[in-house]
Amino acid sequence: MKEILELLEHNARLTTGELASMLQKSEYEIEKEIAVLEKEKIILSYGALINWEKFGDDNVTAVIEINLTPQREVGFDAIAERIYRFDEVRTVYLMSGNFDLLVIIEGKSLKDVANFVATRLAPIEGVTQTRSHFMLKAYKKDGVIMEDDDRDRRLVVAP
Amino acid sequence: MTWQDKLSTSVKSVAPSGIRRFFDIAAKMKDVISLGVGEPDFVTPWPIRESCVYGLERGYTSYTANRGMLKLREEIARHYVEKFNVSYDVDTEILVTVGVSEALDLALRAILNPGDEVLIPEPCYVSYQACTFMANGIPVSVPAKIENEFRITPEELEPFITPKTKAILIGYPNNPTGAIMERDDLLKIANFAEAHDLIVISDEIYGDLTYGGVHECFAALPKMRDRTILLNGFSKAYAMTGWRIGYALSNPDFIAAMTKIHQYTILCAPITAQMAAVEALKRGEKYMKKMVADYDRRRHLIYEGFKTIGLESFEPRGAFYIFPNIETSGFTSEAFAEKLIQTEHVALVPGTAFGKCGAGHVRCSYATSIDKISEALNRIEHFLKSHK
Repeated sequence: MKEILELLEHNARLTTGELASMLQKSEYEIEKEIAVLEKEKIILSYGALINWEKFGDDNVTAVIEINLTPQREVGFDAIAERIYRFDEVRTVYLMSGNFDLLVIIEGKSLKDVANFVATRLAPIEGVTQTRSHFMLKAYKKDGVIMEDDDRDRRLVVAP
Repeated sequence: MTWQDKLSTSVKSVAPSGIRRFFDIAAKMKDVISLGVGEPDFVTPWPIRESCVYGLERGYTSYTANRGMLKLREEIARHYVEKFNVSYDVDTEILVTVGVSEALDLALRAILNPGDEVLIPEPCYVSYQACTFMANGIPVSVPAKIENEFRITPEELEPFITPKTKAILIGYPNNPTGAIMERDDLLKIANFAEAHDLIVISDEIYGDLTYGGVHECFAALPKMRDRTILLNGFSKAYAMTGWRIGYALSNPDFIAAMTKIHQYTILCAPITAQMAAVEALKRGEKYMKKMVADYDRRRHLIYEGFKTIGLESFEPRGAFYIFPNIETSGFTSEAFAEKLIQTEHVALVPGTAFGKCGAGHVRCSYATSIDKISEALNRIEHFLKSHK
């Protein structure tokens, strides 16, 4: 099962037939295993990793460090939920160290993001401080180098 | 009188590699999918490249000892003890070379007198015959059989023995067939070599690329260490073809003789490549294993793919080649390769480039991406259908 996950994480477009050959299983077995993984929410979605900047989109991404006052019973979870429900919020992690939540936000412009932080995030009860960092350039994302020159430099035929 | 007439007759008589022609055709096309490449599609793992860069920054740009840096020889010795339980003395029994190609040339030149014969099971790597010939030896081709999955047996070798037979040159896992020899197969060759007092040159460059089992090192077989000149390198397992770095392991007399030639012709392997090789042996194994796991999956994919489109092949167990039989297409292997590249733009190499008994087969390398393998199989299927 782990091998299926590793292969799909790298290339979600592999066909059942290809996976079956590669892993020496029947297509039926592969389909069954994937169905289980989906049902158990181990596989959450099949996305493509896209270089939007290259496509021409000039969206702005910001990393926000947020400090919280934990709440009785639920700790940070309830506030985290209030934050991750926003569509603008792409990623939310609970962190150790100098701040509590790391939130990644996408917006159309600097102003757009700043506005969202000021009017939506900062006023949430329990949020004590926010620090915003705007991203300037993505070099590598989820293990993929954005501008990798991976041309095949080999000769076409070699001994 | 032309310049051609001034060439050495022995060099003139060596035929150029049969691979070259397909390279020329393929080089002119744009959308070629190549299954003709005899090297990994991975680049050298970054930590290995980085260690070389770091060495350059610190000024490691000099010659090294003729035999190679002590550190590298120590790593090689450690590797063989740990992996195969066979030990080589770092000072007298290890020689670092410019790829296995140089090591092969040195081995043959060190042991052959004019007219000495070398048994060479075929199909085999394109250099074996030519290097034997250029070392004044006589290459004696021994055809291996497809029925036997291209393993060689003493019964097949025996008829070719003459008083002039000096050595046997084997390369398993095999380029071009992907065949391997298991321990029992090799033990028979070992007995044969001992009975006829032959030197065994064992090219084990694809040893780490063995699937569904472990590689058997010929020198690790009982009584074979001193009789064997073991050749290995970093090109295939660590994706380091362009670095040109390999080594030879054998008894002190053979290594001393090979070192003599090496010191006058090469001096030493490049220090940059030697530093990278140290890193490969120290910390490269996990990257190597990941690449081998990838090759293994592609191996399954291409093996089943050929079965599905009706080209038979035995299951390759090593290296990154598959050697399907294409006789049902009605073409010879050269015609098949040539028509395929012209109509479907898929490059592969006719089996005859690796010896006469490769006729009726083509060599396909699966050191290429899954997408390309799938597309190449589609195109080959289309080719077969349109030439029925």
